[in-house]
Amino acid sequence: MAGYVLRRILMMIPTLAVVSAIIFAIIELPPGDYLETYVAELESRGESVDEKEIAFLRQQYGFGEPVIERYLKWVGGMLRGDFGYSFEYRMPVADVVGDRLILTVAVSVATIALTWLIAFPIGIYSATHQYSWGDYGLTFLGLLGLATPNFLLALILLYFANVWFGTSIGGLMDPEYLGKPWSWGKIVSVLEHLWIPVIVVGTAGTASLARRLRANLLDELAKPYVETARAKGLPEGRLLLKYPLRSALNFFVADIGNLLPQVISGAELVAVVLSLPTTGPILISALQSQDMYLAGSFLMFLAVLTTVGVLVSDIALAFLDPRIRLEGGVRQ
Amino acid sequence: MGQETQVVGTGPHASTANDRITGRADSGLVDIRNLSIAFEHAFGPVEVVRDVSFRIGQGRAVALVGESGAGKSIISRAIMGLLPRGARITGGQILFTDPARPAATPVDLASLAPSGRAMRAIRGGRISMIFQEPMTSLSPFHTIGDQVGEALRLHRRVGRREAVEIVTETLRLCGLPDPRRIMRSYAFELSGGLRQRAMIAMALVCRPALLIADEPTTALDVSVQARILGLMRDLQRELDMALLLITHDLGVVANVADEVVVLFRGEVMESGATEDLFTAPRHPYLKALFGAVPHFDMKPGERLVPLREIERERPAGIARRPMRPARAAPLLEIRDLTKSFTIRKAGLRFSGRDRQVRAVDHVSFRILRRESVGLVGESGCGKTTLAKMILRAIRPDSGTMLFRGGPPPGPGRVDLTESEPGDLALARAIQMVFQDPFSSLNPRMTILDIVREPLVIHGLGERAEHIGKVREILRLVGLDTRMLNRYPHSLSGGQRQRVALARAIILEPKLLILDEPTSALDVSIQAQILNLLLDLKAELQLSYLFISHNLAVVDYVADRILVMAAGRIVEEAPREILFRNPVHCYTRALMAAVPYPDIARKLDFARLETLATGEPRRWPAPFAPAPDGGMTFIDLGEEHRVLVARGTRPEALAA
Repeated sequence: MAGYVLRRILMMIPTLAVVSAIIFAIIELPPGDYLETYVAELESRGESVDEKEIAFLRQQYGFGEPVIERYLKWVGGMLRGDFGYSFEYRMPVADVVGDRLILTVAVSVATIALTWLIAFPIGIYSATHQYSWGDYGLTFLGLLGLATPNFLLALILLYFANVWFGTSIGGLMDPEYLGKPWSWGKIVSVLEHLWIPVIVVGTAGTASLARRLRANLLDELAKPYVETARAKGLPEGRLLLKYPLRSALNFFVADIGNLLPQVISGAELVAVVLSLPTTGPILISALQSQDMYLAGSFLMFLAVLTTVGVLVSDIALAFLDPRIRLEGGVRQ
Repeated sequence: MGQETQVVGTGPHASTANDRITGRADSGLVDIRNLSIAFEHAFGPVEVVRDVSFRIGQGRAVALVGESGAGKSIISRAIMGLLPRGARITGGQILFTDPARPAATPVDLASLAPSGRAMRAIRGGRISMIFQEPMTSLSPFHTIGDQVGEALRLHRRVGRREAVEIVTETLRLCGLPDPRRIMRSYAFELSGGLRQRAMIAMALVCRPALLIADEPTTALDVSVQARILGLMRDLQRELDMALLLITHDLGVVANVADEVVVLFRGEVMESGATEDLFTAPRHPYLKALFGAVPHFDMKPGERLVPLREIERERPAGIARRPMRPARAAPLLEIRDLTKSFTIRKAGLRFSGRDRQVRAVDHVSFRILRRESVGLVGESGCGKTTLAKMILRAIRPDSGTMLFRGGPPPGPGRVDLTESEPGDLALARAIQMVFQDPFSSLNPRMTILDIVREPLVIHGLGERAEHIGKVREILRLVGLDTRMLNRYPHSLSGGQRQRVALARAIILEPKLLILDEPTSALDVSIQAQILNLLLDLKAELQLSYLFISHNLAVVDYVADRILVMAAGRIVEEAPREILFRNPVHCYTRALMAAVPYPDIARKLDFARLETLATGEPRRWPAPFAPAPDGGMTFIDLGEEHRVLVARGTRPEALAA
């Protein structure tokens, strides 16, 4: 098992190397660079351009150098923890992202937890009470959640949160805590604001997750080993948890790798609407203004999350399913 | 389900059964009285079990016999309180008297809540059940020890150490070698026979008063089946346990059951002691069942009599030709065909221990024109790999396969090993029918589309022509042409297999490979299909490669039989010679393991243990693989050949 984990971790290195090359290529694809966009913008506003400063920046960040060298510089910097310099914010990328990364992770983890917490009981109920009124009702609710546009739900919840609870509109904390160091009050304030994006981002995911769990569980419930367990005299509840659910779980674990980036990118649009200080809005604007180090770091961050997610799910699967752990294969 | 069965059902059997039972204190272990079970349907309840009464005495083995759909499984589920959704007991009682508490009044299992505490205490504790498919009936996520131990802990208060001891003891009782290792194993790590033994151990760990076995050996090879049957019989005696055996195999019944209850469409047709029923079956249904089972004593040309004959019309142009003997020109000539696979021993626990397995090892044989060749062997012996190579789905490592049946425009003689996998002309000439008609037909295609798909793939004609052709073929296999637009799920197993057959012959192939085509079917349906295969062979001048582990079936269909073990053909002979005079120890072992539907010829379970298995290393000389690898075929005359060590004299085999 240890050898397997080590092998998988080593396999991440070439994967991430390839991904970083692709990301760099994509960022390089549009014509021009940030400085050109910047100069053009200044000129259009009629402001003077400090040729010296531009030339200095050009040299500092190696805009004139060949693509390969710049790529290596970027990757090498990231390995040392230097994510480059955001031109737009005029500060190191690490400082721009900092808190936002934590908040993004908070929103995402809370969303996933909420999704699972709601979807599991619904899925189990729907599968064990197939074609009952409860099943139909929950299905209807789920589809409703799936069909409601996220941004609309976000606006509605914002309104009611403000009217009923007096929560400030937008953001993930009350304005007074912005830029302040973390304190108990700030955490409480974040928690007060967190539930709206979590519900908004979670609703769509919950419905599809519950439907998939229902389908998986129905397949498992029809399998002969369920009847065997029943024939032993096992009570229904324990039976459900020990056998079919265990088996249906495989699918969810296998899905972790997809889940992380999906939730994070799904949250981005909502983050714009709710003006959340998460990473989403910055990524979008960074891509628009060709703020290459910022955008590149973000995309790398997503890539790392995905590969880590896949790794976690593979290890969990091998742990959960003895067939993956023990069964051999046949090759011609 | 028509009215006519109602008339049959209210016959004398039910009432006599009642008379036997009423008012007696000693009513046996389980006493089923006038049981009726119905399925809820959109248009009202449909009765699937009607007024069924029978008893299971303590320590007795009772067999419930009937075709699929006769209601035998439903009755067993009713005893267990495990009726499927929508099914309901509409009348009658299932009285259970626990032999451990003989003084207590019998419990009516039919009146207990299926998932209630009382029913759960009996289920798995006092009455337990084993199922047909030992692979899927065990959870792949839990070790054998966990699953067997769970059954024990559910019903008895035992400490961890004591539980391990009881489980170990039960596994040993069920003939599992090295129980400690088995306990830590998962189901997929064990062979089919070991899995079924583990299932039996799980059912017996609480020492139940009644074991219900639902087709316990149907999914197993004949030699494994014989051992499992022997085990069940021994355990039943040793533990003084009653057995309710559900099966459609009269051979199994004759070897295990004391009493037989014959079911037809949810009603008891006949019941009584096995000796009586087997020596003098009274009811026409039981007599008909006997007529449908192929056996080794059939005279040349004798046909099986299915319960219902397929009504089929021979299309114009295909006259019923007399069975012409096979012509000497070989259609397919296989020489030294070899195929190896690399098996990765295990997933993650041990890494990098690969093993080479020779699935097919220097196999040579011929199939003549209009000849039917039977291929017999246990699962894993390489017969399916061989079939796939002939179909060119797998490429052999070495050897040649000369085929002389390509369609006219192509060359007359092709080596299949060198042909292109996409060679459609060859695909037309060699077709295949698979074992399981439930998974070999696409459930989303209509019968018309399924049968005409080969024509579409081969670009033969337009849709309008196809419909005419499909109708003709369906009539040929005895299917109603009104089925054209139906989907496979509305067809019975036998009808589906006929659709699969229609799909295979619509391209007018020369060679048909039949891989266990009847092993998923009931005996009477099997008889229908086997008869159909014989007729089609004569009418369409087909050659067959008929693969099966059922020797009697092969004997009925094949002209010549090959016996395969561990990738090699070990014996080859015309059918009448092979079964009269089997020479190879493996062939003899296979023959000895066949359960006959005849109480005068019961299996000799003690002798079975001493017989050869599919493991060549354990065979006696001269059949064991010679240390220098020198094996050769020795010719005993009349095309009878046996694989022996080089230098063996024919006289040595006479004994």
